Amino acid sequence: MHTPSHTPRRLPAWAIALGVAAALAAPFVAYPVFLMKFLCWALLAASLNLLVGYVGLLSFGHAMFFGSAAYVAAHSLQVWGWDPALALLAGAGAAALIGLVGGALAIRRQGIAFSMITLAIAQLVSFVALRAPFTGGEDGIQNVPRGRFAGLLPLGDDLVLYYLVLAIVGAGFWIVYRTVQSPFGHVLTAIRDNEPRAISLGYRVNRYKLAAYVLSSALAGLAGSLKALVFQIATLTDVSWTTSGEALLMVIVGGLQTLAGPLVGALVVVTMQNQFASFAEVVLLLQGLVFVVVVLVFRRGVVGEWEAWRARRAAGAAATKINPPEGQA
Amino acid sequence: MDHLLGIPPAAIVGQLIVGLINGSFYALLSLGLAIIFGLLHIVNFAHGAQYMLGAFIAWAMLEYLGLGYWWALLIVPLVTAAIGMLIERTMLRRLHGLDPVYALLLTFGLALLLEGAFRLKFGASGQPYASPLSGGITLPFAFLPAYRIWVIVASVAVCVATWWFVERTRFGAYLRAAHENPALVRTFGIRVPLLLTLTYGLGVGLAGLGGVMAAPIYQVSPLMGSNLIVVVFAVVVIGGMGSIVGAIVAGFGLGVIEGLTRLLVPDAAGVVVFVVMLLTLALRPQGLFGRGDL
Repeated sequence: MHTPSHTPRRLPAWAIALGVAAALAAPFVAYPVFLMKFLCWALLAASLNLLVGYVGLLSFGHAMFFGSAAYVAAHSLQVWGWDPALALLAGAGAAALIGLVGGALAIRRQGIAFSMITLAIAQLVSFVALRAPFTGGEDGIQNVPRGRFAGLLPLGDDLVLYYLVLAIVGAGFWIVYRTVQSPFGHVLTAIRDNEPRAISLGYRVNRYKLAAYVLSSALAGLAGSLKALVFQIATLTDVSWTTSGEALLMVIVGGLQTLAGPLVGALVVVTMQNQFASFAEVVLLLQGLVFVVVVLVFRRGVVGEWEAWRARRAAGAAATKINPPEGQA
Repeated sequence: MDHLLGIPPAAIVGQLIVGLINGSFYALLSLGLAIIFGLLHIVNFAHGAQYMLGAFIAWAMLEYLGLGYWWALLIVPLVTAAIGMLIERTMLRRLHGLDPVYALLLTFGLALLLEGAFRLKFGASGQPYASPLSGGITLPFAFLPAYRIWVIVASVAVCVATWWFVERTRFGAYLRAAHENPALVRTFGIRVPLLLTLTYGLGVGLAGLGGVMAAPIYQVSPLMGSNLIVVVFAVVVIGGMGSIVGAIVAGFGLGVIEGLTRLLVPDAAGVVVFVVMLLTLALRPQGLFGRGDL
């Protein structure tokens, strides 16, 4: 994680256009609910990647934001009958609040201790979720109504919901991208690469870390709220440490510090979950295997390795030609 | 004293014993984690799975070989330590010098792998393991099963012995020196990589020992490790990362606190360890016995 910083390259316009076209056409080819699941998980992974990849804070408890937000959104939809737009905001807001309190404590320690503390706080949250009166204990909150988004869009239609989820997740990715590119993001990267130096330059390091942590938890909360809307259910699984582990797996498989990594990672993990939906232990076994292989063999992840391969090839081409082609900085 | 705060003394003693039993396992496991963290700077996420592995090996020895508890107590720590050393040699070694987070992720993957494999074979339910000691001591107001007393006594003994080994012997001095300055220790002709392998083996062996001791009390189940490990992590943070004394004191202390909480506020028993952790972080971020630099 302490590799020299590199800012993500701008994607070429044709790639963005192709991606948007594929995303718009996807529900006519694949099952919309599967796609929405993939998008929710990708947003969760992107929120974690913001923290792990760009701030160097390995949060092992992102399920607490994902799961609490799912509960809050489900409760406000089902019991209070709120508009889905408000329910999504409430979920993300609740997650941000937990992030603010938990983060203020967790960032007092660095490195591995930070990871263990976030895991323990997440465990505390999942105990509360098990016992609190409004979470439905082992049953969770079921049959959550989808309602009409902003009073207009009927979300009962999977296709309408898909485009809404796509727009929101797209906005989430855009926020991550803008954050990483911003001066604020550069300070975060500086803190990751050399915290003492960032302190000596006068940056209030802990405030930056906390701000990034709260932003990340809000995005993870948004992903959790969307998940509650899509599957119409919020359960203990959403707050459990296995969910935190899966989010981390997606980030690692896709590649840290890559913007497309969470997409690839989420696709791999969600496909794995669906293939072996009825064999939880096989999923566990495979996830463990993937973790071990990725960490031992390709630490940069799928997207990271691909970028590295392209960079090597570009360097090779530049060495053979006298004038390197443009745009290969 | 027949009633304290309206609670019968038998209940207090009962929860105290349960607390000390749980605390014994917290202490044994956090001790192994502290030793591994102290030298290798690795958080061994697979610790719970290795504890579960120890319990299953003990169970399999009885089931297939007819070797009972006392044999298991001797052999299982050695076997799990050997497995640990193999893991260190073949996998963790390759991550040396990288961000310690990769080792955390690797051991997390190993934990999932082990738990998944055992759940595939044995399902989520537990296998019974008969207690090797029957009977017990009858106090005026409570009955103390002999096996539980044995667990408490044995784990205190193991904790003290491990502390003595690391803090008072020549080998322990090498360990601590290799932690402070590995390059210098190598120039003295001490094989630091071997030391790392042995240390990881020692930590995993302690987890295996914990597993054998737990087998007659809790059921031998694939889930027993992951249920425990998160609590043990909190215990390690409270005691101070890498501190052996901290691990032991916090382990037993939190076991007792948890037991007493179950008596007074039953619903809070599951979270009290985490609440104590948050309080510790707020008041003393480096942990009770931790040093500021870890």
